[in-house]
Amino acid sequence: METPQLSSLYQQLILEHYKSPRNKGELEERTVEVHMNNPVCGDEIRLQLRVEGDTIEHAKFVGQGCSISQASVSIMTTLLEGRSLSDAEGLADRFTEVMHGDADAARDKSLGDLRALQGVSKFPVRVKCALLGFDALREALRQSAAEPAS
Amino acid sequence: MSTAATAPTTFDPYAVRREFPALDQAVHGKPLVYLDNAATSQKPRAVLDAVAGYYERDNANVHRGIHELSRRATDAYEDARRRVGAWVGADDPAELVWTRGTTEAINLVATAWGLDHVGEGDEILISVLEHHSNIVPWQLLARRTGARLRYLELDDQGRWILDDLDTLLTERTKLVAVSHVSNALGTVNPVREIAKAAHDVGARVLIDGAQGAVHAKVDVKELGADFYAFSGHKMCGPTGIGALWARRELLEEMAPYQGGGEMIHVVGRDESTWAGIPHKFEAGTPNIAGAVGFGAAVDFLSGIGMDAVAEHERRILDYANERIRELDGIEVHGPRSPAERSAVLSFSMEDAHPHDIATILDTEGVAVRAGHHCAQLVMKHLGVPATARASFYLYNTVEDVDRLVDALRRVRSIFH
Repeated sequence: METPQLSSLYQQLILEHYKSPRNKGELEERTVEVHMNNPVCGDEIRLQLRVEGDTIEHAKFVGQGCSISQASVSIMTTLLEGRSLSDAEGLADRFTEVMHGDADAARDKSLGDLRALQGVSKFPVRVKCALLGFDALREALRQSAAEPAS
Repeated sequence: MSTAATAPTTFDPYAVRREFPALDQAVHGKPLVYLDNAATSQKPRAVLDAVAGYYERDNANVHRGIHELSRRATDAYEDARRRVGAWVGADDPAELVWTRGTTEAINLVATAWGLDHVGEGDEILISVLEHHSNIVPWQLLARRTGARLRYLELDDQGRWILDDLDTLLTERTKLVAVSHVSNALGTVNPVREIAKAAHDVGARVLIDGAQGAVHAKVDVKELGADFYAFSGHKMCGPTGIGALWARRELLEEMAPYQGGGEMIHVVGRDESTWAGIPHKFEAGTPNIAGAVGFGAAVDFLSGIGMDAVAEHERRILDYANERIRELDGIEVHGPRSPAERSAVLSFSMEDAHPHDIATILDTEGVAVRAGHHCAQLVMKHLGVPATARASFYLYNTVEDVDRLVDALRRVRSIFH
């Protein structure tokens, strides 16, 4: 197997989000909270959203774990504000395609800074780390759609 | 210079290393440095040949056939039992029950002994240091019987706090189940002391020897064990084979673990009678090749000499301990005294998560474990989500340690 480059994994943007995560902390007026952890390595994320009608008004998270899991959820929260539930679902789907090695998806500008994580797809054992926040997002979207906030 | 084929008087890790085919490979373009031995060891040619040779020549079912191959397979299987039993100091091979590994050996005791000897209000004493395989079976037993689990706590070096043993051990204590050596921190536990205290209140003692029988021969009687559970794969043997040693009278009074072939004497429509020990606990066609391989593994280790291995591992661990402290921001967990520590270096690094450490080390060809090491209670005690763990064995060299330290410098350069 070809040796993947570490530099493609630990992009400056990822390390920067890991050291200074965005939207980290409790979201007081949340409508949904989802706790996800990876029992293999102990990474964990509590994702909190405020959803009004069909729109994500705000997203924050609390968590701990490796640089990939924490940077991924940090970048994700910066992209959620103002999105509709189905749009957010689309983002999760598109990013999952990137993690599964889809080169077209990796060039998709709509993913914004998440594209910095595309190198993770070359490290199969780390893909789960990058998707942990998105697993939480999917569950939060499912719960929000099932019980729309009034 | 003499080239006579005499037994080497000094231990040569470079010669030992050549016996292990898997060590001779490049990973990500770099020579492999295998430091995940506490998870599983690599296998020497002698073990691989024993397993292949068994299948090539002797393969048959055991204790069933009249024919020649069945006799050979049965002999190989039972002879391996004698040798592996001797490794832990059993003078009666019938006291050694083959299992899939340490985990199954512990579950066997929890089921076949526990359900008849532990009742409502009784207590089982374990420690916070335990591997999940020596916690969860007792939780299951406690839930089925109404018994209560109690814990030996740890100090800041990951050692048992024995001061409150008097209050933890009472006449309600039916079993003390503790590890010989910690997989997460390498702590060598004072099992003799606790076994004696347990016996003083009439409790039985199970020792989880998954990491204990690996680095030295064991004497179960001298340790004061009633049950000793261990695995083949961590000591040069195949995966899927392990053993439970238990005192004869305990095994004799215990109910079978699983029902099936080989474990029966006479089967009737409603009732059956059991085979004698140890076969009463070995329902179904066993892992014959695994047992043969395990036997070859203890022969291999005996041939090298475990005193020399222990001395070598001590040297490597001391060297690793010294060199890893050259790096900034490293915290080594576990006992500080070398006498209380086995060949495991569990550490954290400022800023870099263990998962990231392991990925970067892997690209440098260095295999370590990162995670909670199936010891979430230990991680909670240390206040860390996970650690990185380098664990050494007889074939590791000072050059392996140098490669580890160089690779850790690479981690620092990325996460500074």
